[in-house]
Amino acid sequence: MGRKILFVTTDQQRYDTLACNGGTLSRTPIIDSLAAEGVRYDRAHPQSVVCMPSRSTIVTGQHPSTHGVFMNGVPLPGDAPSVAEVLRLAGYRTALVGKAHFEPYFDPFLRFEENLLSTEGTTPHGGHRRGFEHLETAAHGAMGPLHYCQWLLKEHPEALGMYCRAIDDSLQVSAAVGGDTGAPQVKVNPIDRGIYHTDWVADRTIAWLDSVDADEDWFCWMSFPDPHHPWDPPESEVGRVDWREVPLPAGYTEDRGRREAIIDAKPRHWRAWYDGTLVSNYEAPADWVPATLTADQVREVNARNAVEVELIDEALGRVLARVAERGWADDVDVVFTTDHGELQGDFGLLFKGPYHVDGLMRLPLVWRPAPSSRNGASRDGAVDPAVVHRPVGLVDLAPTFCAIAGIEPPEWMQGKPLPVDDADAEARGFDKVLTEWDSELFGTDVHLRTMMRDRWVVTVYQPGTSHDGTEGELYDLVEDPLQQVNLWEDPAARALRDDLVADLWDAQPEVRADRLVLEAPV
Amino acid sequence: MTARRGSMRHTVRLACPPDTVWDVVGAAERLPEWWEGVESVVVEGDSRTIQTRSGLPMPERLLTIDDNLRRFQYRITAPLFVEHLSTIDVHDLHDGTSLTVYSVDAEPAVLALVISGAARAALLRLPELLGVDRIP
Repeated sequence: MGRKILFVTTDQQRYDTLACNGGTLSRTPIIDSLAAEGVRYDRAHPQSVVCMPSRSTIVTGQHPSTHGVFMNGVPLPGDAPSVAEVLRLAGYRTALVGKAHFEPYFDPFLRFEENLLSTEGTTPHGGHRRGFEHLETAAHGAMGPLHYCQWLLKEHPEALGMYCRAIDDSLQVSAAVGGDTGAPQVKVNPIDRGIYHTDWVADRTIAWLDSVDADEDWFCWMSFPDPHHPWDPPESEVGRVDWREVPLPAGYTEDRGRREAIIDAKPRHWRAWYDGTLVSNYEAPADWVPATLTADQVREVNARNAVEVELIDEALGRVLARVAERGWADDVDVVFTTDHGELQGDFGLLFKGPYHVDGLMRLPLVWRPAPSSRNGASRDGAVDPAVVHRPVGLVDLAPTFCAIAGIEPPEWMQGKPLPVDDADAEARGFDKVLTEWDSELFGTDVHLRTMMRDRWVVTVYQPGTSHDGTEGELYDLVEDPLQQVNLWEDPAARALRDDLVADLWDAQPEVRADRLVLEAPV
Repeated sequence: MTARRGSMRHTVRLACPPDTVWDVVGAAERLPEWWEGVESVVVEGDSRTIQTRSGLPMPERLLTIDDNLRRFQYRITAPLFVEHLSTIDVHDLHDGTSLTVYSVDAEPAVLALVISGAARAALLRLPELLGVDRIP
C-alpha cells in the first residue's frame, strides 16, 4: 500500500486569502494547519491566468504552448497526456469531483464528454476519461449540464433561481449588480448552505472515498468552483465578514488620479479595459466598466470572497475527518492550490484577463506530505515543515504526484517534482517560472509572455490588435511589491531588462505542432 | 469580447470530388449523419427543426439549397438568436479534391462561436463518413 493523494483545488483564489499567507479576512484553520505541517510555497505561479489552459497544465504537466489549450473555449483533446492516467495505470483509483473544465461549458449539442456524462452517470465511456474513472462535475451555480446542476434540478428545483444569473439574455457574462453596494456579479443567495456547491463537492468526494477499499491507493482531485465569481455565497453565511469592516486591499489605490496614473504607465490594454473599451476575456462582464468600481464595492466583493474561502476550508475539514475515519490519515498527501488568481480590486479592476501581476499570478500552494513518510522507520522521501521562497509552477504538480506515488515522471511532463525547501529548490534549479496569454477572438488578439525570476517579473508583448510588439512590463517585487512602477522604459533597468527578456525567450516551452481551435466562449 | 455580432469560418479539404460532399451536406435531412449532437431533424418545406442531444429544439429556416453552386444557407430562428446566417459552400479544386467552407454569422457573437465550433467538429467527421482522406 502506497501513499494516497488528495488534490484540492479552488478556482480563482488569491495568495493573500489564506491566513497562513498573511490574509486577515478569512479564517482558514484547516489549510493553515496543513501548511504548518508541510510545505508552503511563497511563489507559486500558474502558467495561464484563466481556467481551461491552467487546468490543462495541471492535468498534463505541460505549459499551454505545448498542450495547446491557449485560451478558454479551446477543448483539451481527449487523448492529451494526463497524470491521472499515469496514476491509474499504476494501480491508483482515480476521481475528479467538482470543477473539471477541460472542455467548454457552452455546449447545446452535448458534444463534450464532461457535459454529456452528467446525463448518463459518473463513469466515463470506456471506463475513464483522462485517467479519471469517476467524474462528477460542478461549476459556479445552477446553469449548465453538469452533475451538480442535474442534482439540483432533481432534488432542489426551488434553488435553481437562487444563484446569481451569471449569463445575461445576450449570453454575455452578466453586468447586473447586487448586494449592498451594487457590485457586479454579487447577489444575495438564499440557498441552504448544505446544498451549496462547496458542500456538495465535499459530500460527493466523501461518497467516492467511501466507495474505495481501505487498502487501495487513490488519487482524488477535489475541485471547488469557488471563490470564482459570481460572489453569491449562502446568505446565512454572509454575516461572517461585515464588508463595512473590510480594509481596502493594498493594491487598490483609492485616489482616482493616482490609480489611473499607475494604469497609464502600463501597456494600453490596461487602461482600455479600465475604461470599458476593450474586454479581451469573455469571463469579465463586457457591459461593466471597471472605472465605475467604488471602494465600498471592493470591500463587499472581498468580504463575500472571504466567506466563500471559509466555506471551502470547512468543507476540506469535513473531508479530512472522513479520511481519518477511514484510517488513512497517516497515508494521505494533501496538496492544496488554485488555478489562477483574481484582481479583486487591485488597480481598480476585478476579475481577470491579460494582466500578469500578483493578483492573478501569485497563488496559494500547500503540500502536506503523508505523515507516514516522516514517521516511519525509514525517512526515505521524508519532508519537514518548510516555506519555499523560490518560484514554482502548477506545471510542477503532475510530476509531484508521480513522485509521491513512486513513479518516474514521464518525459512529456515539463515540470519537476516540487522542492521540499529552498535548499532543495536551489539544488534542482527552481529559478524561474513562466506564464503565457494568448487570446484571439472576433478580430481582437492579445499575446503575452511572462517570466518571474529572482526578484523580477518581466512581461513581453507580441504584436496584436492593442500592441505593436514593443511594449512590456518589468517590476521589482522587492522594491515594488504591488507592481505599480513599470520599469520597462527605465534606462537604468535596460541591461537587466535585456537579460531577463533573453532568458524568457530561451526558456519558452515547445509549441504544439497542430494548433487547437477555439470552439466556444468558455 | 465586446463584439455584438460574431463571424467565424471553418474549412476542410477532402480527397474526393465536390459532389460526393454535396450529397451529404446539401441534403437538409442528412444532418444527423455528420453533425455530432443532432438527434433528429424534421424538414417541412423551407423549415427544418433539429433536436439537439441536450433536448433543445432548434428551429431553422432554409434559405438556399443550390445544387449547381453547391451552396447551402440557413438561419436559426430560435429566440436566443437576434440574427443568424450559416453558409456551407463546397468548392471544386479541380484536382480531384474539394474544399468545404462553413461560415457562421450570428448575434449574439457568442452563438457564432458555439455554432461554428460544432460545425468544425461536423466537418471533421466527413472523411470517416465518406470514406475519404482529409488533406491537411
